[in-house]
Order: sequence, then C-alpha cells, then structure tokens
Amino acid sequence: MNGLSAADLFDLVSHFLLLSLLSIGGAMSAAPEMHRYFVVERGWLDETGFVTSIALAQAAPGPNVTFVAVVGYQIAGLVGALAALCGILLPSTLLSLRVSRWLRTHRTSVGVQAFTAGLAPMTVGLLLATSWVLLKPFLDGAETVPWGPILLIAVTVWCMLRTRLAPIWLILMGGLVGALGYG
Amino acid sequence: MNDSAPEHEPTSRPQSLVELFVTFTVLALQGFGGVLAVAQRELVDRKRWLRREAFLELYSVAQVLPGPNVVNLALMLGDRFFGWPGALAALAGMLTAPIAIVLTLAASYQQFADLPMVAGALRGMGAVAAGLMIAMAIKLIAALRRNPLGRGVTLLLVGVTVALVAVWHVPLVWVVLFVGGTGWGIAFCQLARQETGKNRE
Repeated sequence: MNGLSAADLFDLVSHFLLLSLLSIGGAMSAAPEMHRYFVVERGWLDETGFVTSIALAQAAPGPNVTFVAVVGYQIAGLVGALAALCGILLPSTLLSLRVSRWLRTHRTSVGVQAFTAGLAPMTVGLLLATSWVLLKPFLDGAETVPWGPILLIAVTVWCMLRTRLAPIWLILMGGLVGALGYG
Repeated sequence: MNDSAPEHEPTSRPQSLVELFVTFTVLALQGFGGVLAVAQRELVDRKRWLRREAFLELYSVAQVLPGPNVVNLALMLGDRFFGWPGALAALAGMLTAPIAIVLTLAASYQQFADLPMVAGALRGMGAVAAGLMIAMAIKLIAALRRNPLGRGVTLLLVGVTVALVAVWHVPLVWVVLFVGGTGWGIAFCQLARQETGKNRE
C-alpha cells in the first residue's frame, strides 16, 4: 500500500468509471476485468491482495461492491478506497435513476410491461444459479456427507419460509455453529 | 403509479429519510455474502414496502442495468418514495457502515486470518447465506405464477437461464441478451394481443 501520483490516481478513477458501465449483473461480474487491469497490466496489486479483497468483502456484511473499496484501499490507502468507490458507483447510479424513472412514467406501455414481465423468469433463474454457486463449496471435495452445512442450510430455508425471523439471528447461529467446529 | 395495478402498490412506506437510511443500514449489516436475500426479507416480508411481484420487477430492472444490483435496487426504491434525497439516503444507508467495517477488516485482518475458529465461523455463515438465497429463490418462483408469459414459457426460461449460467458458464451479457430478449419478445406479443382483444370489445 503506497501513495499513487495524481496521474495514477486519475487513471484509477477513470478505469473504475469505465468498469461501472461494464458491470452488468453486479460488481462481481467486473472482477475479472479489474484483475486484468490492476494486477496484470498495472501491477499495482498482487494476486494475493486481489483474492483477499474479495474474501474480506464476502466475510464482512454488506453488498459485494464493498470489495471494490478494499481493492482501492490496497492500492492507495483511504484515498484509493474513496476514489474506487466513487468511480464504480457514479455512472451506474446516474444511469439507474434515469432508466427507472423513465420506466415508471411509461409503465402502462406494452413495451415496458413486457420488459419487466419478460425479464422476471431470467431473474429467478439467475438466483437459482447463484444458490448453486453458494452451495457448491460445501459439496465439492467432501469425503463424508457434510451434515453440518446441510442442516444449517435446511434450518435457514425452513425459518425463511415459515417464520418472520430476521436473517441476522440465522447468520449468528451459522457463525456460532461454525466457530464450534460443526459447520 | 397506475391505480389499475394494485399488486404494485406498497402496503406501507417509510415515514422519513432517516427511516429509509436506518432500514437500509440494518439490512446491509445483515447481508453476509450478499444483501439481496436480506433485502427481500426486510423490504417485502417485514417492512411491507413492496409486494413480492413488485420486488421481482424492481430487481429484474436493477440487475440488467450496470452497477451493483442491490445498490441499484436501493436507489430505485429510495427514489420512488422521496425522489433524489431518498435515493441518496438509501445509498448512504446501504454503504456507509459496511464500508467502514470492511476497511477496518482490511487494515487488520492479518492478525486473525489463521485462527481455525474464525475460518469455521465464516464457513457456517456461508452455509446460512446459501440457505437465505435458496429460500428467496423459492419465494420468487411463487411470484412468477401471475406472469403473462404463461407457466410453460416461464419455467422454460428459468431452466434455460440456470443451465446457461450454472452449467455452461456463459458470460452474463449473452444470457441477458438471449434469455431476456426472448422473454421480452414473447411477453410483448402476448400483451399486445391482449390489448387488441380489449380494444375490440
């Protein structure tokens, strides 16, 4: 972690501004491109630093986009974190607000109704695919049936469908069970 | 908002920008490994600011636009209730506390990264995160029931999406263009036909 020159900092921000518009499907989908530019091309961050950024953001609460702040922080400290975050958020924020307002004022038109109705199945499909991605690490390479995680997942699904319990209690339960070595 | 579409009417709404900020802070802080499932829980099941169908609709738009999905969702919902100030309050709520926490972790993680208890706790939280996502997907499948595409086409599109993404790892842009485009096209034909049918009566 070190100070970047003003020109490098400008380069950092402008690359994140560009990444913002490419990140369809969420900040995570821009991760490969971020890796290519900052690790391979610029060499501002090493492999471990990049992977750690993602792992830390996933371990901490909050949206996945926080990993962008960690990448910025590892490159140039707090200034870097702020620069990266502003870069990744500004273009997409302006565009999203524009588009959602436009859609709302035209919501009775057939084209807009078809847009939201036609995309809904894909959205649910993507969520199922994400479920699979989250589930896979618990099934891969397990020599015995991983009863701990399976039980945790089953209890979570049951509570979510049958009760109005806040998710934080389930996450604390998962953390506790895992810390005791049963996860 | 359109009065003839009651399923889009929220059953409750935030009373102030502060409530908006606090709600999004609370839900962001519960979101380990992604905030989406928690957002659905808090906004739809608990706060009742949105119905399931409206949540699915808002999220469908949020995810095809560039930018972090849940952040887009927060912006749109904040904007819907209070305009620009609402969008900013929701965005600030979603990001301020999580960013502070993750940067603190980044500055200090080397000291505890190797502890087995920490690794175990993270694994347990990961399992719960998977459960939250599965439960949300199940709930939103129920929200597809009234989709104008009809049951067969809807399930087919869901299945094709899962196969493309989870099995063949197709880049998301192509999935959006292909599956989203197909869905849009079919829905457009269906709705246009209904419209002309109505006009003839």
